[in-house]
Amino acid sequence: MSFLTYLKDGISLGSVYAIIALGYTMVYGIAKMLNFAHGDVIMVGAYTALMMITRAGLPALPAVLIAMATCTILGITIEMVAYRPLRKAGSPLAVLITAIGVSYLLQNIALLAFGADGKTFINVVSLPSLNLFDGQLVISGVTIVTVLANIVIMICLTLFVKKTKRGRAMQAVSEDRDAAQLMGVNVNGTISLTFAIGSALAAIAGVLLCSAYPVVTPYTGAMPGIKAFVAAVFGGIGSIPGAMIGGILLGVIEILGRAYISSQVADAIVFGVLIIVLLVRPTGLFGKNVQEKV
Amino acid sequence: MAMLEVKNLSISFGGLHAVDDFSVTIEKGELYGLIGPNGAGKTTVFNLLTGVYKPTEGKISLDGKDITGKNTIEINRAGIARTFQNIRLFKNMPVLDNVKTGFHNRYRYSTVSGILRLPRYRQVENTLNERAMEILKVFDLDKEAAILAGNLPYGKQRKLEIARALATEPRLLLLDEPAAGMNPNETGELMETIRFVRDHFDMTILLIEHDMRLVAGICEKLSVLNFGRLLAQGETAEVLSNPDVITAYLGE
Amino acid sequence: MDKSLEIIRRMKNRTLKNHLITYLIVIVFYVVIQVLINTGNLSSLLTGLLVPICVYVIAAISLNLVVGISGELSLGHAGFMCIGAYTSAFFSNAVGDGLPEIPRFILAILIGAVCAGLFGVLIGIPVLRLKGDYLAIVTLAFGEIIKNLVNVVYMGIDSNGLHISTTTAMDLHMEPGGKQIIKGALGISGTPRNSSFTAGIILILITLFIVQNLISSRSGRAIMACRDNRIAAESIGIPVTRFKLLAFAVSAAMAGVAGVLYSHNLATLNTKKFDYNTSILVLVFVVLGGIGNIRGSMIAAVILTALPEMLRFLSNYRMLIYAIVLIVMMLFNWAPAARTWRERMREKLPFKKKAAAGKEEA
Repeated sequence: MSFLTYLKDGISLGSVYAIIALGYTMVYGIAKMLNFAHGDVIMVGAYTALMMITRAGLPALPAVLIAMATCTILGITIEMVAYRPLRKAGSPLAVLITAIGVSYLLQNIALLAFGADGKTFINVVSLPSLNLFDGQLVISGVTIVTVLANIVIMICLTLFVKKTKRGRAMQAVSEDRDAAQLMGVNVNGTISLTFAIGSALAAIAGVLLCSAYPVVTPYTGAMPGIKAFVAAVFGGIGSIPGAMIGGILLGVIEILGRAYISSQVADAIVFGVLIIVLLVRPTGLFGKNVQEKV
Repeated sequence: MAMLEVKNLSISFGGLHAVDDFSVTIEKGELYGLIGPNGAGKTTVFNLLTGVYKPTEGKISLDGKDITGKNTIEINRAGIARTFQNIRLFKNMPVLDNVKTGFHNRYRYSTVSGILRLPRYRQVENTLNERAMEILKVFDLDKEAAILAGNLPYGKQRKLEIARALATEPRLLLLDEPAAGMNPNETGELMETIRFVRDHFDMTILLIEHDMRLVAGICEKLSVLNFGRLLAQGETAEVLSNPDVITAYLGE
Repeated sequence: MDKSLEIIRRMKNRTLKNHLITYLIVIVFYVVIQVLINTGNLSSLLTGLLVPICVYVIAAISLNLVVGISGELSLGHAGFMCIGAYTSAFFSNAVGDGLPEIPRFILAILIGAVCAGLFGVLIGIPVLRLKGDYLAIVTLAFGEIIKNLVNVVYMGIDSNGLHISTTTAMDLHMEPGGKQIIKGALGISGTPRNSSFTAGIILILITLFIVQNLISSRSGRAIMACRDNRIAAESIGIPVTRFKLLAFAVSAAMAGVAGVLYSHNLATLNTKKFDYNTSILVLVFVVLGGIGNIRGSMIAAVILTALPEMLRFLSNYRMLIYAIVLIVMMLFNWAPAARTWRERMREKLPFKKKAAAGKEEA
């Protein structure tokens, strides 16, 4: 039965990764940049929700909504101030380093505001746990909400990208930015929208992550951010189902590795699997293969 | 023995026959043209000859040696060099170094002698500089030797690409639209250069070109491709007066 | 003929002058610092930073070989530093007083370089097929794997030879007289502190010698050709993967040397410092100093390593300022709008000629 418990924990953690990865994969697909600050937006989301609950005394749901709004604004601002001016610089490295700078900036603002010590997070989910097999498998409310949220978000995003005009504009921009511009797509607006969605998702992920692992520090988002990118690469950059499956697989591998092999090398196992996947399928599980034309 | 012998060359991409049953024989020292409307599969033939694509069927031999299915690097070492339709220079390197890089497999010294600046390094580098300058002179690029290749004007970039290909000391030179984007004056000059290269370096040349003045002016023989298939082949004047060829071009 | 010989001579001289200026900058830096130390004008904090500065300068030169010259993005250089640091520290501890200090340190440096270089080859063979951000994330992954695995290694030496375990120190089953050297997450302690500012400067000069001479040789040209245009490089018969691997392995070996210098400067060595943040930090030096610009990345490494210390008076705000400086510098250096603005300002200033000349050089 312990295996099922680990599997459940893995799916739960993996669902958080998947939610972050969904945002990451969209942002990467459209802006073609490794947004190192994405993980720190998670952290900002978690702190905001926590402050709304403890300081402002708000109930959970409005607190989460405010966190999402904050992160949305933050995401759009970051894109406009730090990334947009560099979009035509012709150097992906310049944008990458700027993103690292933004990541440092967010971490240090949090450090000044909240200190380096972890703050205990309050579980925002008041749902009761589910007891299965005579109490041998306990599924907490957070896990249920996380998994459900993941599924709902994926379905909504897929519908949005496939069915709406704005979603199709997103696809067009990520396919060929210049062509999309010529076809009358508002490229800047579309990129802003993508950052907004990605950041709002990061806020949800932050709240769920910290509800399950109830401590938040200025560095809370860094590693999950990287792992979410790994998940996105794993599933194939730009692919929505890929990000979800990649995220869940990653979470499961991490938790099982931690349980059955060693907690110290769990991350090594996660990264090892990524390397193997990429060597076998260089564009990830669901990625498209694009070859340079001679 | 023919310099290049291609027999029944075919390739298809997902059911589309990009090149279908193409055969050609090019003798040593010939200046041969490959023409045809856009999308006829000319560049695909080049890519097949240089190992970028592996043919689904057919045989390619260079100077009697079978080179079918070999990769780009092996084929260059066997003696085929090429230029590209969309210029591919080493843009952030000086003009001189572009040509010196072309000599990569012809004049060698180890990485260690390079780092430690052993006598072998000096000796080979001196030869390299001389030889590279010789080639640059042919193309009237010697005065620009120190400039970054990316900063050269367009016409000169095309010439530099030919110079770099020559540095690999090939037996067969493939030129993919060498006159593209040139004005009539430059094209005239280029024709002279191509003839000079053939005579001076004792080269066999196969070229793709749309500029009919150039084709009629310097090519001795032609093959015409249309929809991946051979439409006509033979002496230039004959081929150009072939009614099928005229229809293929005008009917476009 | 004379004219073309003249051009070649000028090109050679320019390269030579460039190399010499770089060496000269390092030597002048060394002399100035020595004078400051001897006159008591260098704070103890900055004195303590001298070896780390050399470590980061070497790491930056090494990463520039991969990022700038070979044109591939690596985020795993801390992993190679880790290999260099641990293998050399293990060696120095195992040999102990069995060898005099200087030969032992030289051997330690060689061992660190060779081991890191071997790992470079081992990792490079599979990953260099990937490109761009995929390569970046895979190298980051490898860096983290190295760090994680080193963290669980226990290693000791006794009269029976090497003992290795990945569980506990007890599992080493050492003889009573044996020396336990690598203690899992506790790392290695008691490494002889052979690193000094002078040693660091000598290693920087050697690294520079290797990289600068490599760049202006046949292999270096091949590496840059692969960077500029992979397809064209193949078309002239250059085995692209082999030269990418060469650059990667040489770079890994030099990162290993940086690791050796680091480990022989500390009483206790652990893996904390070898995470992706260090790899990123080194990348920041390379990008800020100018991709492919060896001299620039050295200077960026010195300034950015010393900057947090110099900003110490800002106490808690210093890392915040650091982040803002980084973003602003990136925007100022790279944003097309900022570039146009700089051009316009330059035209208004009197030293227009010098600016234009500098541009041609780049």
